[in-house]
Amino acid sequence: MGMTMTQKILAAHAGLPEVHAGDLIEAKLDIVLGNDVTTPVAIGVFEKAGFTEVFDNERIVIALDHYTPCKDIKSAELCVTAREFAKKHNIKHLYDVGTVGIEHALLPEQGIVGPGDCIIGADSHTCTYGALGAFSTGVGSTDMAAGMASGLNWFRVPSAIKVELKGKLQPYVSGKDVILHLIGMIGVDGALYQSLEFTGEGVSELSMDDRFTISNMAIEAGGKNGIFPVDDKTMEYIKGRFGREPAVYEADEDAEYERVVTIDLSTLEPTVSLPHLPSNTRTVREAAGMPIQQVVIGSCTNGRMSDMRVAASILSGHKVADGVRCIVIPATQEIYLECLKEGILETFVKAGCAVSAPTCGPCLGGHMGVMADGERAVATTNRNFVGRMGHTGSEVILASPAVAAASAIAGCVAAPEA
Amino acid sequence: MRGKVWKYGDHIDTDVIIPARYLNNPDPAALASHCMVDIDEGFAGSVEDGDIMVGGWNFGCGSSREHAPVAIQASGISCVIAASFARIFYRNSINIGFPILECPEASEAIKAGDIVSVDTKTGVITDETTGETFQAKPFPAFIEQIIDSGGLLPYLKSKQAKQ
Ligand code: SF4
Repeated sequence: MGMTMTQKILAAHAGLPEVHAGDLIEAKLDIVLGNDVTTPVAIGVFEKAGFTEVFDNERIVIALDHYTPCKDIKSAELCVTAREFAKKHNIKHLYDVGTVGIEHALLPEQGIVGPGDCIIGADSHTCTYGALGAFSTGVGSTDMAAGMASGLNWFRVPSAIKVELKGKLQPYVSGKDVILHLIGMIGVDGALYQSLEFTGEGVSELSMDDRFTISNMAIEAGGKNGIFPVDDKTMEYIKGRFGREPAVYEADEDAEYERVVTIDLSTLEPTVSLPHLPSNTRTVREAAGMPIQQVVIGSCTNGRMSDMRVAASILSGHKVADGVRCIVIPATQEIYLECLKEGILETFVKAGCAVSAPTCGPCLGGHMGVMADGERAVATTNRNFVGRMGHTGSEVILASPAVAAASAIAGCVAAPEA
Repeated sequence: MRGKVWKYGDHIDTDVIIPARYLNNPDPAALASHCMVDIDEGFAGSVEDGDIMVGGWNFGCGSSREHAPVAIQASGISCVIAASFARIFYRNSINIGFPILECPEASEAIKAGDIVSVDTKTGVITDETTGETFQAKPFPAFIEQIIDSGGLLPYLKSKQAKQ
């Protein structure tokens, strides 16, 4: 029996000729990641166990992105702990205010992760790098500590769901709509403990930004990872960024899948997830008219350059509706700068949006757009759980940047008009 | 392990176990004082040492925050039983040496307030209030070793020492 793409990467990193779903293996890690919330906990665990050395100071990444620029004294203290550790161990990749971006936009952009890698991150959306053909998964702080100490971690080899993509997306339909649609189909635990392996002719129609968005939300279907094959677009993307030699793996023809799901991209419409689960999907047409008080365009799901461009193209020459606050957060400094150069920041400001430096901020109800009881937002983020963006009586509707921008103008959930 | 049951539903996510607004202080006792507050305000004040938490499907879904199992453990809960666990929550619990058991039948039958005893070695769960018993899947040997060592880091350290 053949192996899936994920299984091949895991086998290679475990030094085994083959692995099977369910096997418990120990695999070598290429990159270990943490943020300002999870790294301090990992440092505590690392030091308490008596470790004094990290396995490789060039393969650990600390991105202070969640509560930064710090929202209060306690979060400032978390950052101090992380900075001091980074200094002590000479960690090469410490990203702090001024260089930091939201980690899952930042690492691919900076060429830190690439095809064939085995990556863990103490952040659930670490699965984003599957878009590059890497095995990448979210773990907890103790896993991060173990990874920093040994460069190894344990994994249960996942079985897989094959997601076959065909056709081509319609205008204003994006990767976000693809993944929301998929989660609506299979449910928030539809891929529990499994890989989502994307294949089919439709893959080549998707931009890298679309793929990042799709892999990013594999976790919202319970998945361990969400992986794309490596093609010309991938190689074009990593050119000039990724310093190591990419390793390209392909699934065997006779790889075993527990299930095959087919999505015809050409039939998809702009899609939203209503409160309080990402699987609670509707087409925008069905949800249109629901009143909102806030729009957030940003996050590790949709804070990339193409997201900024599409939002700006819709907001250009329009005004954010009375009674709506539209917060735009380019995900990295590089994206921020590009928005500046292209005049996109001006478009946002003229339309009446508030534009922020890179931060997770409102996505996790941290700062920069926390909501009160009874308020509702359309957000390009990835989770709409109870209380995610503030008060437990507030609501989040997940959507693409195009839908978010159109909704900001309309003052309610609205479809982008072509 | 033996205690009174706190029962919750399906898809209990890490944002309700410990909301992000409390993550700026990772001290276990501080986390415990806010545990479950958004769906059960009474929990943190009334939970007693040894009590058992029972959830439905996909328990612990959402963020990777290890603060979630830490908060539950620090609140005094001795074990979580659920129909299924989200995978990062599952890893995190094992890695901090906190016992969790997957058993759909027990998750369905056990009621809030029941007195339940658990043998994590054999996976046998007994609802003393109703007299029913259930069999959860015991852990694979490797995971058993991690839990017995008190978590992943003590396990790694002892392995390193042996080399
Ligand atoms: S943007 Fe939101 S989902 Fe992404 S890493 Fe930050 S808090 Fe997590």
